[in-house]
Amino acid sequence: MRNIWTICSKELRSYFVSPIAYLLLTMFALIFGFFFWNALGYFVIAGLEMQLRGQNFPMNVNEQIIRPLLSNASVVGLFFIPMITMRLFAEEKRSGTIELLATSPVRDIEIIVGKWLAAMILYACLLFFTALNFAFLFLYGHPDWKPLAVGYLGLLLQAGTLLALGTFISTLTKNQIIAGAATFGVCLLLWVLEWTSGYESATWAHVLAYLSVITHFESFAKGVIELKDVIFYLSGIFLGLFFTARSMESMRWRS
Amino acid sequence: MIIVKDVTKRYARAVAVDHISFSVAKGQIVGFLGPNGAGKTTTMRILTCFLSPSAGTASVAGFDILEQPFEVKKRIGYLPETPPLYPEMETAEYLRFVGKLKGLSGADLEKRVNYVCERCFVADVRNKLLGKLSKGYRQRVGLAQAIIHNPDVLILDEPTAGLDPKQINETRDLIKGLAGDHTIILSTHILPEVEQTCEQVLIINKGKLVATDSVRNLQARARDAETLLLEVAAREGQPDPLLVQQKLEGIPGVSRVLCTDSKDSGLIFEVQSQKGQLVRGDLARAVVASGWDLCELRPAARSLEEIFLQLTGSEAPQS
Repeated sequence: MRNIWTICSKELRSYFVSPIAYLLLTMFALIFGFFFWNALGYFVIAGLEMQLRGQNFPMNVNEQIIRPLLSNASVVGLFFIPMITMRLFAEEKRSGTIELLATSPVRDIEIIVGKWLAAMILYACLLFFTALNFAFLFLYGHPDWKPLAVGYLGLLLQAGTLLALGTFISTLTKNQIIAGAATFGVCLLLWVLEWTSGYESATWAHVLAYLSVITHFESFAKGVIELKDVIFYLSGIFLGLFFTARSMESMRWRS
Repeated sequence: MIIVKDVTKRYARAVAVDHISFSVAKGQIVGFLGPNGAGKTTTMRILTCFLSPSAGTASVAGFDILEQPFEVKKRIGYLPETPPLYPEMETAEYLRFVGKLKGLSGADLEKRVNYVCERCFVADVRNKLLGKLSKGYRQRVGLAQAIIHNPDVLILDEPTAGLDPKQINETRDLIKGLAGDHTIILSTHILPEVEQTCEQVLIINKGKLVATDSVRNLQARARDAETLLLEVAAREGQPDPLLVQQKLEGIPGVSRVLCTDSKDSGLIFEVQSQKGQLVRGDLARAVVASGWDLCELRPAARSLEEIFLQLTGSEAPQS
């Protein structure tokens, strides 16, 4: 446990002493801020139109702003995850510092979990900027906070899966760009797999759609915790970290 | 302290280490010598549990590298060929990080960090970024990180590579000072380094161990067939080289005479004697009796270099 924290704090430190963390935070805050601004704009216009036409449908901040924005955050997150994970192992392999870690009395799994945890914490920092936007909704309105909390849980679980896969991919190469590009490809594929369910109703399409990380996020965005989705993400995290451990072990045999 | 038994490491296309066996006693400094690509680094990586051997096994401090790698890692300090430094960390911070990885904590950790900073002469760069350090400092920080947890065994892969002569001497003294408490294996392709620092040498070539012996024995072995250098001068002008050569070759026990150089002061001859024959006295007498002056007579001490070239044969680097 102590070792996990040693590794994790070292990783966090290298994120935050280099420009990586600040760049990611700035970009994410900008992009999400723009999404938020747009969502709010549509919401206000829709409200005005409704008043002009004399209609009086109930407007709901949770349904009309928070839910779509959480889905957006999960998609924007997909693009940032490769940039978080690509350096985790590739950089250590390139600079030779992996020899220090691998010859220290630390278990492989402690190194892996430490690094993955650091990536999770950085991702949580990104999400913090989305929370700043949502804070305005609470300032001027009365949205329900519980679905929002569930949404954040979903975002973290989803990111956990993708970060674990990214960590695994980073162990496969010395080249950060290769690791980043491959992780990006996998993230994107796991997103678009969901599209098959739109036009095809055969079993294979359902299976493919089920594998998509987006499919499982929908219930979280609605504010519903579904056991099968939680288990999907948890097994994704486990699988990613398990592959990472096997890959680290195989380094001992291949060199 | 270290026992290596029949260790083999095969890669996809090549055999890097081929059935190597040796052992190192506690407190010794052993030089691991060989041309580039001979398998030094691979062997060291196997000992540090970074790589697993394809066959055979080894034990460090009584623990098997395959059965109890965790115990082995606790007792080993390792300096890889390129010091494993994180450029974005400061020296003291980095040493603290490594110390924690090796299981130190609290006041003990601070004490060790201060100690290794002093010991490895890096105290003056404590608060500098590792990425900004010169090669010499990087190497010394690498050494400091290897000894931070006071390991029984130190494995140093080319610890003096890339240092300037003053730093090389300091590093050698440092390594010598560490022996006794620590058992040290250091690899190098710089021969004088082995002659100066090590008690024992392992020479490896193309993955095979070609010689293991003490430095003194190896030198003695090479001196079996003695080569002498002598400088001969005449009162006026130069002596006739052919004449001298004939005269010297006539002495029993001398196998070969070569005139290698001529200086203003005289001619230099290289005389090879047969094994076990003492010819120095006869040589001196012969020169003087012929009316020439004997300016110098000394054994041409064969350096480890020659033994090394001889043992590693065709792979020998021709500069």
